[in-house]
Amino acid sequence: MRSDVKKETETIQLDHGSGGIASQELIQNIFLSPLDNPILASLEDSAIIDIGGTKLAFSTDSYVVDPIFFPGGDIGKLAVHGTINDLAMRGARPLGLSLGMILEEGFPLDDLKRVVASIQEACGNSGVPVLTGDTKVVPKGKGDKVFINTSGVGLVDAGVDISATKARPGDAVILSGSMGDHGITILTQRAGLSLQGDLQSDTMALHKMVRSLVTELPEAVHALRDPTRGGVATSLNEIAATARVGIELDESRIPLKPQVEAACEILGMDPLYLANEGKCLALVDHDMADRVLRLMRSFPEGTDAAIIGQVTEGPAGRVVLKTSAGGSRIVSSLTGEPLPRIC
Amino acid sequence: MKYVSEYRDKDLIAPLIEELKKIECGPLRIMEICGTHTMAISRHGLRSILPEDLQLISGPGCPVCVTATAHIDGFLQVAERDGVRVAIFGDLYRVPGSTGSLARCQSMGATVDVVYSPLDALTIAREHPETMVVFLSVGFETTIPLVAATILEAERLHIDNFCVFSAHKIMPPALHALLGDPELQLDGLLCPGHVSTIIGAAAYEPLVKEFGLSCVVAGFEPLDIIQAIILLARQKSEKKVAVDNAYGRAVSWQGNLRALKLMNQVFEPVDTPWRGLGVIPGSGMAIRDTYLRFDAEKRFDIVLQDAPEPKGCLCGQILKGRKAPLDCPLFGRKCTPMNPVGPCMVSSEGTCAAYYRFESKG
Repeated sequence: MRSDVKKETETIQLDHGSGGIASQELIQNIFLSPLDNPILASLEDSAIIDIGGTKLAFSTDSYVVDPIFFPGGDIGKLAVHGTINDLAMRGARPLGLSLGMILEEGFPLDDLKRVVASIQEACGNSGVPVLTGDTKVVPKGKGDKVFINTSGVGLVDAGVDISATKARPGDAVILSGSMGDHGITILTQRAGLSLQGDLQSDTMALHKMVRSLVTELPEAVHALRDPTRGGVATSLNEIAATARVGIELDESRIPLKPQVEAACEILGMDPLYLANEGKCLALVDHDMADRVLRLMRSFPEGTDAAIIGQVTEGPAGRVVLKTSAGGSRIVSSLTGEPLPRIC
Repeated sequence: MKYVSEYRDKDLIAPLIEELKKIECGPLRIMEICGTHTMAISRHGLRSILPEDLQLISGPGCPVCVTATAHIDGFLQVAERDGVRVAIFGDLYRVPGSTGSLARCQSMGATVDVVYSPLDALTIAREHPETMVVFLSVGFETTIPLVAATILEAERLHIDNFCVFSAHKIMPPALHALLGDPELQLDGLLCPGHVSTIIGAAAYEPLVKEFGLSCVVAGFEPLDIIQAIILLARQKSEKKVAVDNAYGRAVSWQGNLRALKLMNQVFEPVDTPWRGLGVIPGSGMAIRDTYLRFDAEKRFDIVLQDAPEPKGCLCGQILKGRKAPLDCPLFGRKCTPMNPVGPCMVSSEGTCAAYYRFESKG
């Protein structure tokens, strides 16, 4: 027996990083109470700080994806797009990013150059520069190739007030494109599965599309969320709980690529729980939903946007799915890292 | 998607539901044996569209759920050994034993690889010749032939650092043990599609004769399940009992003879404990002496220790169809997928997990 196995001590489990209920419990129990303040407690994708009438959005995110290169992107692109998107989900105009790199001893410089070139490309395309940075190196085996942290700041224009608390009964729920592309790509890569069809991460920056929504249809958008870890299911549960509303989804209207659906069937995954890195959920005024949809679809990042459901009176916090088969069932938050099934 | 979306199409399903409602068979009590059926029924919200006097009762067909605590404890013992890494299917990762789960073992330093096939475990063994790779294997007839093939492959390649901890089980002896329970009062069985691809629809003939139960083999899509229920309802209304196969696109009468041969070449029936059902004669599959060196229990000298079921946990009763998840006082309170007390709450085919995720939060 290993002598260091101590059964009584509570320790961090992988599930604590899943983005599901374990992550929420960790945040609530370990971080929120000692660090409590009203801005942090809102648990939105980014904090909004009011500086003499100017509203500054501030957000941070760390990236530990394995493999670091995958079809459709790499850890560098993810780190740029992810933080831009967290700012955009509050309606902010991203101004710039910080870049913190934790490198493992022995990590090939060529791979690092590839990651940095990818960061350069993502920053160039999105028009959001890296403004400050930091580098640390850890001994071999104490890290895994490269971990990246990015933080970002942005400005929220006067009159823009997007928050999960603003969702209200009657709102249409829009998903900006197909679900689960990133999550299933990483899972199949990790498992070394080669499946027919073109599985590709959807990593992309959404701030330009969001910018257009808040300027052209300023009253329409109530809440935005990018359904990353935990997927569409967990993000909608969070919104429903925060806004104390119910949400009803229509399974047959949720965009899902056939190759993603096929991979999910093989691995026993529910695409509602798979991570997305270039999609947003928009909860919008019912009467303006069609206009929002048209505007989103005019952007390459929203070509496949669809109305997938609506906000209801409740029960508060409950998300219900009308299934393609004609039945209905509950959609709960992710309860642990998605794992493949046995048979 | 071809072969999936058409089986989930409400425009095809609605007329079948109407047809089912017209069959005059009175209340219908059916056991779905297989955990994948339990999951599919919940995931597609089928209870909300099926007739109200139709009762679907979950059976003992989730391989992780029926694995006795004694076996899980054995798995944990192996995982904690120095120089060992264990490979598992994902379902087993969070299942609690007496002293924690494999997830917990991993956070304490054990190496646990989640694999998609036992052959992946063999690959890990080839890549890490310095480590003993143990495949902790639970599963029914669907899984066992593949594990048999993996052991034969290990032998062919002379791989010495690979072995299997077999907690395998076969279905027919368990069904015989279970269906003798007069309290169940079943009209029929929804027979497991995956297992039946191997053992064939003919395997249910003895159940029809011995227990007078209708048996219909069913696939896992909503349309498959509803079609099978219609066949069960018709049998009741016509007062007949027989084996029907509603999954003809995958299941034959005789089954997969090649897979069965492979399974029986490497494994032999033994008495084994089932959670909730106790020790059932001839229901386990142990590695034959010819392949002794691939048997983890023998290599590590593991002796299974009787372990009590977790206090207050109704998994055993649920696996026998005597209780439903909502009958359990722990459900959704002390027992959740994050902090499971019993395996039915954590396996991806577990009845409690299906109810928790899709039906009600208790």
